[in-house]
Amino acid sequence: MSPKSDPKLESKSLLAPGHRGCAGCCDAMAAKFTLMAAGEDCIVVSPTGCLEVMTTPYPETSWEVPWIHSLFENASAVASGIDAALRAKGKLGKTKIIAIGGDGATLDIGMRSISGAFERGHDFTYVCIDNEAYMNTGVQRSGATPFGASTTTSPAGKVSFGNQRPKKNMPAIMVAHGSPYVATTSVGYPKDMIRKVKTATEVEGPTYVHAHAPCTTGWGFDTSKTVEIAKLAVETALWPMFEIENGELTKVRKIKNPKPVEDYLKMQRRFKHLFTKEGGEAEIKKIQALADKNVVDFGL
Amino acid sequence: MSATRNIDKSKMVVVEGSYSVAHSVKVCRPNVISAYPITPQTHIVEDLSQFMADGEIPNCEYINVESEFSAISALVGSSAAGARSYSATTSQGLELMHEVLFNISGMRLPVVMTVANRAVSAPINIWNDQQDSISQRDTGWIQLYAEDTQEAADMTAQAFKIAEDKDVLLPAMVCMDGFILSHVYEPVILLEQDLVDKYLPPFEPDSVLDPKNPKSFGAFADPSTYTEFRFLQQKAMDKALQKIENAANEFNELFGRYYGGLIEEYETKDAEIIIMAMGSIIGTVKDVIDERRSKGEKIGLLKVRSFRPFPKEAIKRVLKDAKMVVVLDKNISIGLNEGALFTETKSCLYNTYIDVPVAGYMIGHGGRDIPVGTIEKIIDEAKVAMEDGIDIESQFTDVREELI
Repeated sequence: MSPKSDPKLESKSLLAPGHRGCAGCCDAMAAKFTLMAAGEDCIVVSPTGCLEVMTTPYPETSWEVPWIHSLFENASAVASGIDAALRAKGKLGKTKIIAIGGDGATLDIGMRSISGAFERGHDFTYVCIDNEAYMNTGVQRSGATPFGASTTTSPAGKVSFGNQRPKKNMPAIMVAHGSPYVATTSVGYPKDMIRKVKTATEVEGPTYVHAHAPCTTGWGFDTSKTVEIAKLAVETALWPMFEIENGELTKVRKIKNPKPVEDYLKMQRRFKHLFTKEGGEAEIKKIQALADKNVVDFGL
Repeated sequence: MSATRNIDKSKMVVVEGSYSVAHSVKVCRPNVISAYPITPQTHIVEDLSQFMADGEIPNCEYINVESEFSAISALVGSSAAGARSYSATTSQGLELMHEVLFNISGMRLPVVMTVANRAVSAPINIWNDQQDSISQRDTGWIQLYAEDTQEAADMTAQAFKIAEDKDVLLPAMVCMDGFILSHVYEPVILLEQDLVDKYLPPFEPDSVLDPKNPKSFGAFADPSTYTEFRFLQQKAMDKALQKIENAANEFNELFGRYYGGLIEEYETKDAEIIIMAMGSIIGTVKDVIDERRSKGEKIGLLKVRSFRPFPKEAIKRVLKDAKMVVVLDKNISIGLNEGALFTETKSCLYNTYIDVPVAGYMIGHGGRDIPVGTIEKIIDEAKVAMEDGIDIESQFTDVREELI
């Protein structure tokens, strides 16, 4: 079902067409869903990244809401300043402040900034579009790159199966900051994402929505498969979708019969070496173990 | 116009330099203050925090950030949202801000920041020189240097006026020597709220982050448009030259105090030797000049208040008839073996008809004391150079040979 068919949701797209995103771009989807949830009365902060580059080639802009980009690592600090300005001018309470950035800008280079802003309790929502590597610069490894993925700086090779570390658990880190609302979602589930971003913007204080976002060029799949891949991440339990309110796990998206992780991995170029290289099976087992652990940890 | 000082003693109070600056910030009615503590800037932000705790700054939020990087980044957001925005820092903190400084200027956000000038590490050193702010000279910020605490306090209000001028819209640093000015107790007149309200209009930028009139800030500019952004920043700096003069003149009319606009001249009229410098060293130099003048020596001082924009024309006008110029710099470009004021003074005299020798002295690094005797020695060397030509063009001062 298209999200536009739900009369409760905003019908006007606040992300104008004509941007330079790839066909099947996860960033464009995430931004559009976020704006559907937020509505017109919001201010958006973007760190440097694909979304910023593709939506604002000067003198054009796709943003039908006030939007600001400063640097790669400071979106949460910029959002802090906007929050303070609205507070000082007595305008707080109506206008929503939303930072929307990629995984590198959020949990690598932007870590200091987001940690400080959440600790200080600014009233804003941070939406992380997690496509699991630095896509804007050509698919380099980030702290969100999953175990076993080949990137240009963690390539598979004669003696390597790609990235050897699991994803940084950013939602848990934001929960540890005392955030009143932390949720994971996926661009493969528009209604889920819109609902969670809307909830996040309505909860007072710093809230966090982490959206899994398959990147057609970076992950290596056909541009028509973004949603399919996103759903497989959830259906294999590699990407658990949950909500944590005031530190308590309150909602989890259940999976009836988790699919084997191979179903997800085999559709992506970044995991191709796991199926072609000797010893790949053992690596896939390790990835399956991560999915199995998610099933147990979150009661999927 | 020479410097004038309204010294109504009944209005004077003895306060720390940091307090007089913090008071100035308060009466400039900021909306957002964002700062991270670092010696010797701390007393400014502590005083501002106390004002906040006592409810003395209405319509203002103070953000206790987790780093200087976020201190100045927060002001990107606040200034773009239409808030008069202020920070203070020094040394390592200023260097950590480096990337954001370019960004704020490029986005034409008129943030004002006090820099309590301090040396940079390594070796770590908390005392005064001006390497920190000089190292930020190409970031597109206006840089003003204060001679004493009253000037630092007065310059703060001037900085907001200059920065927020719609012909300028550039961020401004008010540089005051760490400890020497930030921690000294002197009698000053604290800026009067009613006069500041007359002097400084409210900050009402044309472009703000407003859902009713959505605009995009910080877009991506490719090679077909990037150059023009830089060109317009330079044009704004050009316009700031006159605005700095205007801000000083208007301040004088209301408050009765004047320290020069872009520069201040002291005993330069018939001077054969002119000393150039910035910041608190000016006081010592003036004392030495007074003493030398009493002996009939024609020595003058050119105090540079504005390092960015660099007042080339004003400097050329003052130096054109001098026989010898000496430039004192509390910084060094390592590898060039020159201080910035020296290099740039030489540069602005080139391709002109002015033919005056210029000698540079790098002085007072890491808080090394600058006694009267050192200035005397430099003047004596200048007198010889004036007759015989320059022996050493640029040199360190008071180097302890036994440590090398």
